Amino acid sequence: MVRDSLIGFWHILRSMGLTLRYFFSKPVTVQYPKEPVQLYPRFRGRHLLRRYEDGPYKGLERCIGCSLCAAYCPTQCIYVHAGENKDGLQRSPGERHAEIYEINLLRCMFCGYCEEACPTGAIVLRREFALADYSRESLIYTQDLLLQPAQPNAIILDDGTPREEMGL
Amino acid sequence: MDWVADFWIPVIKAVVVVLALLVAGAYMTWGERKICSRFQVRYGPNMAGPFGILQPLADAVKAIFKEEIVPSHVDKVLYLMGPGISFAAVLITFAVIPFGPEVDLFGKQVGLWIGDVNVGLLYLLAIAGLGSYGIVLGGWSSNNKYSLLGALRATAQMISYELPLGLSLLGVVLIVGSLNLRQIVEYQGNWPLIALQPVGFLLFLIAILAESNRSPFDLPETENELISGFMTEYGGIKFALYFIAEYTAMVVNSAIVATLFLGGWKWPAVLSDLHPLVGVALFLAKVLFVLFLYVWIRASTPRVRYDKFMRFCWKFMVPLALINLAVTAVVVALV
Repeated sequence: MVRDSLIGFWHILRSMGLTLRYFFSKPVTVQYPKEPVQLYPRFRGRHLLRRYEDGPYKGLERCIGCSLCAAYCPTQCIYVHAGENKDGLQRSPGERHAEIYEINLLRCMFCGYCEEACPTGAIVLRREFALADYSRESLIYTQDLLLQPAQPNAIILDDGTPREEMGL
Repeated sequence: MDWVADFWIPVIKAVVVVLALLVAGAYMTWGERKICSRFQVRYGPNMAGPFGILQPLADAVKAIFKEEIVPSHVDKVLYLMGPGISFAAVLITFAVIPFGPEVDLFGKQVGLWIGDVNVGLLYLLAIAGLGSYGIVLGGWSSNNKYSLLGALRATAQMISYELPLGLSLLGVVLIVGSLNLRQIVEYQGNWPLIALQPVGFLLFLIAILAESNRSPFDLPETENELISGFMTEYGGIKFALYFIAEYTAMVVNSAIVATLFLGGWKWPAVLSDLHPLVGVALFLAKVLFVLFLYVWIRASTPRVRYDKFMRFCWKFMVPLALINLAVTAVVVALV
């Protein structure tokens, strides 16, 4: 009984010593809109539909409308509607392209499976993460938006001016 | 009747002390969040004003402007009285605590205390018991099983901690030979009573943690098992009143610890003899130290299980307090 209570007392003193050590350490909080966040190398942010940058298909969309990403998506947030490539209006190499390509970012959990499923490397997750908006509709990203290059993430300095930080 | 000495000075003192206590209680919420977050390697509130210093104001405004909801199944009168009782009991506790010596203010001798009561210690214990009524009535009148369980715990806990609380103070009374808090402070000019009563100090500190429902003994309000216990049905300013009563109780209890064991405004006498205000500053420093201790303990210890707390109170603290009392009595009788 006495021994137990002495041991308990000692343990409490030790735990208080431990917490006191942390009391004098610097907080690890990142004051995000004012300070940049450290992004890890394989961070997955907003999706991007890529185009061919060079080679015979330069400028064409990589997406061929195969819907493998939609099939693979765990949250079923991707909707793909494929269309035929007409002669003279070649949007992607081969026969088909994505007529409609939409991602519901409210549903997406940024797992990156679409990126894995894609046979042409058309859909990739880049590092843009500041995606807040005011309506649900505006967070259903359409093909036009997804074809836009990812925006650099900005932090806001004390004087109110945004500064671009945190590379893509 | 001397109106200035008998009426105005006590009234002004009382108003100033009550306002100071309110501010101290409000800022204790900020202080705890700030200190606690540093223990958890965070910053805590830092957006409202520099260092988040305006956070209590923002919280108060938010609480006041919330809708006043009185659930239909509650006992209305007691439900509304609960927070008030808790809060009032805390405020009147401070009435007997001396926070400084007699000072010369505008040509008048003013004692820096509200009531110089002969049985001040007894008064403290009595009022400390009253505070639990707010919790018990609030929990009971809420007509909700979680609140009722919280209230039940509060009653059982009160019976358990009041005994070691009182017993641990008897050593102080035996040594000083008075229940008057002023005389207890005056006695501690050379040595604070913690040096003579270390066991009594520890017991009192633990009992007072339980009295103000603080972690690790915050059993009536355990937010994860009783969803805030007696406070479940309270919202808006009524909840804020309970909340601020708890934090003001922390301030008042720290003041009691500082007065009884840490020498109040008197120790060390070398400093407090310099100027009366140095004494007040000493008192405040001691209160702040005990408040820090409160938060420190909260940040370090997990909540005690209910039956273990009961066992701890009855089988450990009460016998230890009795042994401490017996030893002190023998020593006082011999010396």
